[in-house]
Amino acid sequence: MFIMKEYWQLFASFFKIGAFTFGGGWAMISIIEREIVDKFHWIERDDFLDLLAVAQSLPGILAVNIATAVGDKLHGMKGSALATLGCILPSFLIILLIAIFLTPDMIKNNVVISSIFMGIRPCVVALIVAPVITSAKAAKIGMKTFWIPLIVALMISSDQLFGIQLGFGSNPILFIILGAIGGWGFWKYSVRNLNKRKNLSDK
Amino acid sequence: MNIYLKLIWAYLKIGIFGFGGGYAMLSLVEHSVVDPGWITETMFTDIVAISQMTPGPIGINSATYIGYVAPGEYNAALATPLWGILGSILATLAVVLPSFFLVIYSSHFIRRHQESGAIKAVFSGLRPVVVGLIASAAIMLMNWPNFSPDHSTPQLIYSIIICVVSFCLVYFKLPWRGNRVSLHPILVICMAGLAGYLLYGI
Repeated sequence: MFIMKEYWQLFASFFKIGAFTFGGGWAMISIIEREIVDKFHWIERDDFLDLLAVAQSLPGILAVNIATAVGDKLHGMKGSALATLGCILPSFLIILLIAIFLTPDMIKNNVVISSIFMGIRPCVVALIVAPVITSAKAAKIGMKTFWIPLIVALMISSDQLFGIQLGFGSNPILFIILGAIGGWGFWKYSVRNLNKRKNLSDK
Repeated sequence: MNIYLKLIWAYLKIGIFGFGGGYAMLSLVEHSVVDPGWITETMFTDIVAISQMTPGPIGINSATYIGYVAPGEYNAALATPLWGILGSILATLAVVLPSFFLVIYSSHFIRRHQESGAIKAVFSGLRPVVVGLIASAAIMLMNWPNFSPDHSTPQLIYSIIICVVSFCLVYFKLPWRGNRVSLHPILVICMAGLAGYLLYGI
């Protein structure tokens, strides 16, 4: 019974997340953090960052990849199926209703809908700024490491904002690969140093 | 070939080769559904506009919509809701399935090697990068279309106020009946939508 309840909570959480995702996968991070990390304590914040890295490195729709990764982490295959379904169901139903009963012009030229969105869009920006801070804390970004996210953010956004075609600079996957190599290299380096020091002290 | 098989095939390809999320995938979608003549360019533009104006990931929204419309445009005999719904189910599932299995497979691989120092080291290097990626997403959305589509100063000021207030409500814990709570992001989205309606809709 307990596990059934958790399945249901997982599905319901991602249904909510799917229904309130405006403006792409990154916009859902605040809502996921609130539901999955703060409310149900299913995942630690730093583990969540690892899932985000996996979701971003793979092809497909980011929001759906995040749902699959979180669901899998919690309840394996069943969990990922439930989370993914929950995440895509709201958009599926809403779009179907629009496609069956309305014409594109009724939505596009609707003053009420467009005015509501004029309010939501700046709010979504705020909802992405908040997890920058919480995730920086979770990743223990300090004086020694703050340059990494700074450079990544500047490289990617400057490429898109000012149209400076650095080509290589705008691809998030490039930075994920660099981060992976960097982390691995630093680890190798420190292991070697540790062994050296050990050898010295043994002598 | 049957239009439904073609739809599935097109969306499987989009799911496999679509890196970088919904917006980056749109050119791929356009290429695979407008070029073969399943839907017209105007229809595609309309669908993208609606996908942006409705909640949910844009990739899913557009797949559902195009899956619904394409069979009827391809063959007038299929222009009924039932055939459309079949198309939208198939297109949506096809775009999700490749990454679904890729994510599960990679997660299992990572979990199997969870305790290895190398995997831990790789993720410790990835975390700061992910923080940077989130920050870049935020910076890239701070633009005219999101803050003031008409390039008018009052609109910009309203939007900045909405943005700052939303941030404070979500991030800071405010005193409320003796507890300190921060508001749920969904509630804040609803409040911002209401503010938009009051400012521009009436």
